[in-house]
Amino acid sequence: MRYLTDRKKAVGMGSAKTGTAHFWAMKVSSVALLLLVPLFVFTFGCALGGTYEEVMAYYSRPFPAIVAALTFIIGFKHFNDGAQVLIEDYVHGMAQKISLILLTCISYAAMATGVFAIAKIAL
Amino acid sequence: MVQLTLPKNSRIKTGKTWPKPEGATNVRKFSIYRFDPDAGENPRVDTYFLDMDKCGPMVLDALIKIKNEIDPTLTFRRSCREGICGSCAMNIDGINTLACIYGMDEISGDVKIYPLPHMPVVKDLIPDLTHFYAQHASIMPWLETKTNRPAKEWRQSIEDRKKLDGLYECVMCASCSASCPSYWWNGDRYLGPAALLHAYRWIIDSRDEATGERLDDLEDPFKLYRCHTIMNCAQTCPKGLNPAKAIAEIKKMMVERRV
Repeated sequence: MRYLTDRKKAVGMGSAKTGTAHFWAMKVSSVALLLLVPLFVFTFGCALGGTYEEVMAYYSRPFPAIVAALTFIIGFKHFNDGAQVLIEDYVHGMAQKISLILLTCISYAAMATGVFAIAKIAL
Repeated sequence: MVQLTLPKNSRIKTGKTWPKPEGATNVRKFSIYRFDPDAGENPRVDTYFLDMDKCGPMVLDALIKIKNEIDPTLTFRRSCREGICGSCAMNIDGINTLACIYGMDEISGDVKIYPLPHMPVVKDLIPDLTHFYAQHASIMPWLETKTNRPAKEWRQSIEDRKKLDGLYECVMCASCSASCPSYWWNGDRYLGPAALLHAYRWIIDSRDEATGERLDDLEDPFKLYRCHTIMNCAQTCPKGLNPAKAIAEIKKMMVERRV
């Protein structure tokens, strides 16, 4: 039993003075993905159905390779930011901290894997 | 972790069914949530029948009739009976609203009445709004000034006064906050639509000189940014206000002052 006033419970530890950067970053990555996803689908579609050599040659060109790499980077950054909000909503306490660490690891690992694959093909 | 099921002692059971009024031809069924913390029993839903030919048109009229003529133990808050005090907010037919201005002709079938969702229940239809009020107090719902007080009054142009329309009308009934899933899951830290609407009302008041401090206090992943524009608040507000828009405006101001 803790004798805390209602006001103290409502105020908690006060404002974290953060949150806007995350909010704005999600808006920026949303706009970026609005452009990138159609480009990625278009370039990926162009490579579909080709032979191994044709696909390797296609993704050696700068435009498809850069579009794919940017989509991986920004897409997984956006995924990380969005899933972070989800976890903050529904998971609390120590489980929240562990989930956020795992999420960050998964997001950046997926991002790195995608970029590495594209780099290996393109370079 | 989010709790998806009610704890055992909160599960609702079937309660008492009161007899139908004799000789009535226009009868309506009311299912009403009952909970008495002193009884040590689970909540229940009692069933009442009213002769609608002898009852006023609003849900609050029916509740008062039930309390006066059938079951005096039925407990609910009410005061003004015209949508100004915000006391009689409850969940009627699945919508958080004010019983005094919600007509029974708007409901098809049986009338189901529950307290505001996801709030601790004091008794029957009375939620405990202590935390809700404390959150409202925390946003400093008053004019903050640093300039010396003018001889007569703080002046405001007609245009600036108009910016407060759609905000000042809030009666703090808690219908919006109790309808917000973000407030359900994180109500201890998220301020909720009502408090944030009031916060915005003071942020854009041209006479207020604490705009920066007010924004500073709100800049928090939980206090403000739990709002995901679900819009339940705007849909349910019995006064027709739009707290979600006010929250979006606060977010815009947050971005404007840094980008």
